[in-house]
Amino acid sequence: MSTPAAITRPAAERTDRIDLLLAASPPRRRAGALAASATFGRRAMLKIKHDPKQLVDSIAIPILFTVLFTYLFGGALGGSPGDYLTMLLPGTLSMSIAIVTMYGGARLAKDVTTGAFDRFRSLSVWRGAFVLGGLLSDAARYLFASAMVVLLGLAMGYRPEGGAPGVLAAVALVVAFGLSLSLLWAAVALLVPDQGVVISIANLVLMPLSFASNIFVQPSTMPGWLQAVVEVNPLSHVATAARELMNGGAGTGAVTWSLVATAVIAGVCAPLDLHLYGRRG
Amino acid sequence: MSKNSMGRDHPAIEAYGLVKVYGENRALDGIDLTVRRGQVFGFLGPNGAGKTTTIRILATLTRPDGGTARVLGHDLIGERDAIRARSAVTGQFAALDDDLTGYENLSILGRLHGLSGAAVRRRADDLLDAFELAGAAGRPVGGYSGGMRRRLDIAAGLIVTPDLLFLDEPTTGLDPRSRNQVWELVRRIAEAGTTVLLTTQYLEEADQLAEQIAVIDHGRIVAEGTSAQLKSRVGSGTLHVRLLDGEQRPRARQVLAGALDGTVRPAADPLTLSVLLPAPADATDVGRLVGQAMTMLAEARVAVAEVTLGQPSLDEAFLALTGHPAGPAPTDHEDVNA
Ligand SMILES: Nc1ncnc2c1ncn2[C@@H]1O[C@H](COP(=O)(O)OP(=O)(O)OP(=O)(O)O)[C@@H](O)[C@H]1O
Ligand SMILES: [Mg+2]
Repeated sequence: MSTPAAITRPAAERTDRIDLLLAASPPRRRAGALAASATFGRRAMLKIKHDPKQLVDSIAIPILFTVLFTYLFGGALGGSPGDYLTMLLPGTLSMSIAIVTMYGGARLAKDVTTGAFDRFRSLSVWRGAFVLGGLLSDAARYLFASAMVVLLGLAMGYRPEGGAPGVLAAVALVVAFGLSLSLLWAAVALLVPDQGVVISIANLVLMPLSFASNIFVQPSTMPGWLQAVVEVNPLSHVATAARELMNGGAGTGAVTWSLVATAVIAGVCAPLDLHLYGRRG
Repeated sequence: MSKNSMGRDHPAIEAYGLVKVYGENRALDGIDLTVRRGQVFGFLGPNGAGKTTTIRILATLTRPDGGTARVLGHDLIGERDAIRARSAVTGQFAALDDDLTGYENLSILGRLHGLSGAAVRRRADDLLDAFELAGAAGRPVGGYSGGMRRRLDIAAGLIVTPDLLFLDEPTTGLDPRSRNQVWELVRRIAEAGTTVLLTTQYLEEADQLAEQIAVIDHGRIVAEGTSAQLKSRVGSGTLHVRLLDGEQRPRARQVLAGALDGTVRPAADPLTLSVLLPAPADATDVGRLVGQAMTMLAEARVAVAEVTLGQPSLDEAFLALTGHPAGPAPTDHEDVNA
């Protein structure tokens, strides 16, 4: 509670200081849109600093997926680990980041239920700042998770033909796609502010996207209808684009598809987020 | 400094017919409200009366389903950013970040108010110091006591001194010492010129702090006035008479009803009667009336163990103002009693 100094200080002096403080208010100024976004990003980083457990998902999922998928599916593909990592690792990267996106939505739902969200909404701040700040911290998280996958792959013998530029381009593409998913989960969290529900809905979307894709299995082995699903699944295209970029020999098809999918999801969800943020229940 | 903005003469809050409906529940059922500038206005009501809903609407967080309001001269719907810039909300629903330290909480909010890094540091340090939180500034808020938390919450509303401060139940759950600290803060803030709209469930709190009090029940304002005006409607106080012998209670009740022009109710304790005293024209009459009543009890040979005269409680105030006890919706209540 109070420090001894505060107890011995005369009450009149304390209250006089409050009067002075109220009179000496800093001028009222609206925070710039970028400064406010950066502040929300900093808030998320501070939360990670105080509770590093939040990063467990972003560490555990990439490690688990990379190791598990390499030894689970690697045998079926034959060759040395270096060979089958060429096929698997870009897909593992895409899937890991996609899964990790849902925890950002869960955290937003928590902010809404605890009231932190209402306090921020009661300020005169550009309404996009809260969402954009969340994206900044998400981007840092996704880059971190990507680094885990790539470094682990390299340690297990993966040698990307595309070199550093190819790997960086693939990571950028995957992170961009992940951020569009962040915007989607933000909309879900603002509609249903319940952590558990947000995670369930995200799982319901991400699990089929991950498995009905070309990440683990060649679509040619699948029944026709499933091949059609794989064909329109944006995560398939992201995985293909990452594979092409990392292993050299990138065509423009999959990369374009991925960028279009990213832009469409973001283009629908960003305005929706802004609307839901500004909405008054 | 901020006080000389245009239109000094308009009230801080003018609301007409505010309505908020949740499903079947009319949480607010036509609230009219005028709060003068610089005033501490008390919004008094039991659980579920609509206090938080009213504050949320006036602070632009919830959209009303009916009615209009001007806050600090700005239209509630059209000029929401101007209202947000000049007012601050603390209390029940606007939470702090538990996992961040007290300093970090203020620092984040300071940056969102457009302060520079140096200005934020200075203001946060000054506020933490003045609110006796300097020693805890580096600790996560999750570990603060209730009183510390409430003080930080109020400090967070003063990063830029607001023209209007909403305080939603600022002392609920606090011990008497912390409660007195918060009261002192509220008085200081009001003296410095900030208009304060505070909600409370305690008549005493409204009495201590507010110049004007509105009593809200089931989404309607059932009474409004100064503390003195409300008390004159509620009565000057409650007389509790404890008897030595419970057998004598009916006789005592008869005597007291005759002697005092108030409602006599048997209390839960079988030895006690309570009388809600009407407000006499002259306050000194209360003692004379009570004295007379005691004499009459003695003449009727009723043995009295204890006599106390107290302020009406919120329950008694409600009973007097609304005709029903403070509590959940009357339908629920009757079902329980049936
Ligand atoms: N978001 C909401 N959805 C549905 N009903 C609500 C919502 N918010 C409030 N209510 C209902 O509206 C009524 C008024 O609630 P409000 O929170 O304004 O009361 P209050 O006076 O602040 O009570 P308390 O003293 O418990 O804080 C209650 O019946 C409550 O159940
Ligand atoms: Mg409330």
